[in-house]
Amino acid sequence: MCGLLPGVLHLRSSFKMATALQFPANVSTLNNYNELYPDWTQREVSTGTTIMAVEFDGGVVMGADSRTTTGAYIANRVTDKLTPIHERILCCRSGSAADTQAIADAVTYQLGFHSIELDEAPLVQTAASLFRDMCYRYREELMAGIIVGGWDPRRGGQVYTVPVGGMMTRQPVSVGGSGSSYIYGYVDSNYRPGMSKEECLKFTAGALSLAMERDGSSGGVVRLAVISEQGVERQVILGNQLPKFSTV
Amino acid sequence: MATVSVCQYHRGGFSFENCKRNALLEADINKLGLSSPAARKTGTTICGLVYKDGVVLGADTRATEGMVVADKNCSKIHYISPNVYCCGAGTAADTEMTTQIISSNLELHSLSTGRPPRVATANRMLKQMLFRYQGYIGAALVLGGVDCNGPHLYSIYPHGSTDKLPYVTMGSGSLAAMAVFEDRYRPNMEEEEAKRLVRDAIAAGIFNDLGSGSNIDLCVITKGKVDYLRPHDMANKKGVREEKIYGHPVTGNYRYKHGTTGVLTKTVTPLNLEVVEESVQTMDTS
Repeated sequence: MCGLLPGVLHLRSSFKMATALQFPANVSTLNNYNELYPDWTQREVSTGTTIMAVEFDGGVVMGADSRTTTGAYIANRVTDKLTPIHERILCCRSGSAADTQAIADAVTYQLGFHSIELDEAPLVQTAASLFRDMCYRYREELMAGIIVGGWDPRRGGQVYTVPVGGMMTRQPVSVGGSGSSYIYGYVDSNYRPGMSKEECLKFTAGALSLAMERDGSSGGVVRLAVISEQGVERQVILGNQLPKFSTV
Repeated sequence: MATVSVCQYHRGGFSFENCKRNALLEADINKLGLSSPAARKTGTTICGLVYKDGVVLGADTRATEGMVVADKNCSKIHYISPNVYCCGAGTAADTEMTTQIISSNLELHSLSTGRPPRVATANRMLKQMLFRYQGYIGAALVLGGVDCNGPHLYSIYPHGSTDKLPYVTMGSGSLAAMAVFEDRYRPNMEEEEAKRLVRDAIAAGIFNDLGSGSNIDLCVITKGKVDYLRPHDMANKKGVREEKIYGHPVTGNYRYKHGTTGVLTKTVTPLNLEVVEESVQTMDTS
């Protein structure tokens, strides 16, 4: 559309030289208005965030909070971080908003093209590999932590995690984002293999609520999605309907 | 895949050689105790909202260069296509050129597809361009329009992330404007109420933010009609100098009559000067 192939992230390797440059110590940044202009002129928009995905027999449950921040200002309090990549494949995005949106758009294009070539539904592992290839190749320039979840006829429900740096691994439960640090204990102690869809939904909603309570960069509403052979069902849990754990 | 566009951006990404040179220049200038000229920014309060029949975009009209107002009545609502307009905050040159480039490309694309352009297309083009420049193009935009799928509103950040929302604000005055929106926004408002709300949000930015000021421009986009109201509201009219104060004219005339100032003493000292050199230069009167 702009002379740009959407399937390719146009980042030259010369950018690598820019990040490794030693700028003289007394150089002020070129846009140096601090108090007069808000954070978004200096800081990048980040999805802060808590994201999570759980496999169950017959599909996956994916969940995310809805807060996008630029520094201390919440740029979007109702963000949808569960981005469709294909009919039965979603990804949860964390890290830089611009980077993850660009990567997701590129992978959506590549996967759609691949699916038309194959003339069948793509594998979730393929989608995850595409994310991994992009995140690893441009690891110096990107800041993106992604969880890919979906259902395909060959292997059923699967969750793959592609954290910052570009590793890819399949996990039955995966959490990510800045708020994930606060819920590792809850997730490790409450997950049991063989949970039903409803139990997974309750587990995910509970974990996300706890993270949102403690992490400043996570908040807003909880968005959930269930992917199965039947398709994708989405839900929103508003702030006042979140599960409560203590009255403190 | 045949692509039609005004500017060909096929070769790789941004060239960062100039950034190294700029940094060294900046260091040299700072060593001399001076500072390099600041880019003209639009400071700014811009906002948009979706109402029953379409979208309303609003903007102030102050452009600043450091702490000085460079333009008291600049136009921040840019044309993208007959049904899509874009407000720009950040570096004035960046917003101007970016919107013009995408406007050209969108027109070519529309001729190529044979369909009226969509807001989502403009959004894609803008975000892909801004992402390619990794935030170095300081353009924060509020993109709004009405197409075959209804009214749409996007906010686009300099690094290339976008949000699709029913109401958005950007610029240094965005917090003030967002406070007004969060208080009074409702879905499916009528046109007059929507215009009033956008006007009030921009006014909040103008009166509470130093980077925003002057007048309020509005752009109301509906299916088939665009009202570009510039100015919609002159919130900061320049004062008029008083003609008379207590009956005495205050005209600013500084010729005073002889005798206005009394003379106390007068001393005359003749200067004895010798003529050293005398030269005559004839005037060319041909």
